[in-house]
Amino acid sequence: MPRAFTPKVVTANHLLEGDVIYQTNDGWTRDLAQAEVLDDEAYADLRLLEATQQRDVIVGAYLADVEPTDAGPKPTHFREAFRMRGPSNYSHGKQAEL
Amino acid sequence: MYHYNDFDTAFLAERNAQFRAQVERRIDGSLTEDEFKPLRLMNGLYLQLHAYMLRVAIPYGTLNSAQMRKLAEIAERWDKGYGHFTTRQNIQYNWPKLRDVPDMLDALAEVDLHAIQTSGNTIRNVTADHFAGAAADEVEDPRPVAELLRQWSTDHPEFQFLPRKFKIAVSGSEVDRAVTKAHDIGLRMVRNAAGEPGFEVIVGGGLGRTPMIGKVITPFLPKADLLPYVEAIVSVYNLLGRRDNKYKARIKITVHENGIERIRELVEERFTAIKAQFAGFDQELLSKLEAAFAPPAFKTGNIKGYEAARLTNPAFASWSDTNLSAHKADGYAIVSISLKAHGATPGDATADQMRVMADLAERYGHNELRISHEQNVILPHVHKSDLPAIYAALRDAGLATANIGLVSDIIACPGMDYCALATARSIPIAQEIAERFDALKLEHDIGPLKIKISGCINACGHHHVGHIGILGLDRAGVENYQITLGGDGSEDAAIGERAGPGFSADEIIPAIERLVLGYLDLRETANETFLQAYRRLGAAPFKAVLYPAETKQDAA
Repeated sequence: MPRAFTPKVVTANHLLEGDVIYQTNDGWTRDLAQAEVLDDEAYADLRLLEATQQRDVIVGAYLADVEPTDAGPKPTHFREAFRMRGPSNYSHGKQAEL
Repeated sequence: MYHYNDFDTAFLAERNAQFRAQVERRIDGSLTEDEFKPLRLMNGLYLQLHAYMLRVAIPYGTLNSAQMRKLAEIAERWDKGYGHFTTRQNIQYNWPKLRDVPDMLDALAEVDLHAIQTSGNTIRNVTADHFAGAAADEVEDPRPVAELLRQWSTDHPEFQFLPRKFKIAVSGSEVDRAVTKAHDIGLRMVRNAAGEPGFEVIVGGGLGRTPMIGKVITPFLPKADLLPYVEAIVSVYNLLGRRDNKYKARIKITVHENGIERIRELVEERFTAIKAQFAGFDQELLSKLEAAFAPPAFKTGNIKGYEAARLTNPAFASWSDTNLSAHKADGYAIVSISLKAHGATPGDATADQMRVMADLAERYGHNELRISHEQNVILPHVHKSDLPAIYAALRDAGLATANIGLVSDIIACPGMDYCALATARSIPIAQEIAERFDALKLEHDIGPLKIKISGCINACGHHHVGHIGILGLDRAGVENYQITLGGDGSEDAAIGERAGPGFSADEIIPAIERLVLGYLDLRETANETFLQAYRRLGAAPFKAVLYPAETKQDAA
C-alpha cells in the first residue's frame, strides 16, 4: 500500500539572497509559520510546479514535510529545523533575523 | 612567491567580467538555474543550506600578508566577519549575496586570488605540504611544481569536463604532510640512487563513499617529465573514467576496475605520445617559478631571549612544545597557529584574527603564511628570537592555543550547520570533544592523536584517515555518529576500520572519552601514541571500551 500523504510546504532558496523561503498562498515568506500547508498530494504537486516556474525569484524548490500546529507548520526533520533556524555554531541566519 | 604576470592578470579580469555578465543574465531571467549552475560552480559559487557559499582557492596553501588582509576585508565587507579554512587549503565564505559575488571576485583578483575550479568536474586547487619551503626534512620546495600544475590545469581545454572532480597534492618531503595517498594524484618528492630529485607518483587514492589508498604508478619520475606524465594520467582517466554512474566516476574506481598495471600501460603509451609536445617550455617556466620561490634572506642572531622565555613562562613553553616544527634554517622555527581554540569552530578565523596573522607574517615572518589541510594557519619562517613577541600577539587575539596535533586539533567539515549535502552536524561534535578534553586537562598526557569528523560519506573531514574518525549520518531522521579506528593520512596511510554500531549525538562525546581514556590504560608507555597502541593491539580492546555492555553480554 502506498504510504499516506503527510502535510508539506513548498520551500526553496531565494535567488538573490540565497536564504530559505517558503511558499504562502500568494507569494513567499522567510517564516515557516506563515507558509501554506499542503494536505493534498495532487494540490501539493501543482503548487510545487507553480513555484518551480518562478525561476527569476527562487532556486531549487521542493516539498518538505511539516507538522501543522496551532502556531503554524513545524519541521519534522532536523535538516529542515536547521534551514528554518540557521547554523548551531553562531547566531547567524534566520535565528538572528526573525 | 609567485606573482601574476600580465597574462594571468588579463585572463582573470576577463574571466571575472564573463562571470559578472553571467550573474546579470541569471538575475534578469535570461539564464535558467540549470544553465547558470555549471557557470557559477566553475567560479566556486555554491548554494548551500542557508545561503550562497564562495570557495576561494589558496594555491598550495600559500598566502602573503596582503592576500590575508584582503581575505579579512572580504569577510567584513560582504560576509559576516569571518572565513572558514578547509581541508583543501581553500577559504569559504558562508554568507555572500549573489549580486555581490562579482565584486568579491574582483577584490580577490587585486591580490592574485580567484575561485576558478574550486568546484565542478575539473582539476581542483593543487594542494601542498603546508611546511613547503621551510621544513627541515624537505627534498625540495614543492610549490614551484604546484604552481606549474596550477597554470597548466587552469582552464585546460581537455580537462574542463572530466568524469568527476580531480584533486592533486604535492609533498616536498618523504614525510607526507599533504595526504598524497588519498588524492587522485599524489606526488611525493624523493631522490633516486644518483641523488636527483623526482617524484613518487601515486594514483587512485581518495576518501568519500569508497575510500581507497592510492597506488604507486611509478616509484621515480624525473622532475622534467612531470607535466607530460600528469597530463597522460588525466588524459587516460578522461577517456576511461566512468560517466554512467557519478559514484563510480572518480579515478580511484577507474584504477580499481582496470588494475594499476593496465592504467600504467595506458599512461606510458600516452606519455610517449605527448612527451615531445613539451619541448622544454615547461622546464623554462619551472625554472622561473623556482626562482620566484627562492627562500627569503634568513637572518642570524642569538636565541637567548627565546630560551629565557621558555624557562620563565610555562604557557609559552607549552605552546612552543606543541606548535613549533623544525625549520631548515639555523635559529628558525615553523609556527603553527591553531584555529582550534577549545570550543571554537575548527578552521574559522575572524577578520581581526586574519589581520593579526597578516601583521605577524609581515613583521616577523618574511611576509609568508600557509593554510594547512588540518585547518590551521602557519607562519613558515620565524626566527626563534621573535617567538615570545609572536606568542604574546597571538594570545591577545585568541590564537595561542597549544594543541597542534593533539586531541582538540580536530578536522571538521562544515556539516549540516552549512552544507547542503550533509547528513549530520560536525562542528558541535568537534566543539564538545575539544571542551571535554580541555576540562579533563589530559590533552598533553594523551599526546599525538588525530580526530577527524565528516558530516556525510563524502568525507571532506577526512574521517577515514583519522586515528579516530567520526562520520555523521541520518538514521531514520536522527543524527547518528559512526566511529572508525586506526586511520592514518601520513606516508603510512591506512583507512580506518568501523568500530561498530553508531552513537547518538548525546552518546558520541562520552564514547570518545571512553575510547581515549581506555587508550591511556592500554598504552605500554607514555610515549606510545594512540595509533601505535592500536596497531600493536588491534581493534578488540578498543571496541571493548567503546561497547562495554555488548562485550559483557558476549562474555556471559
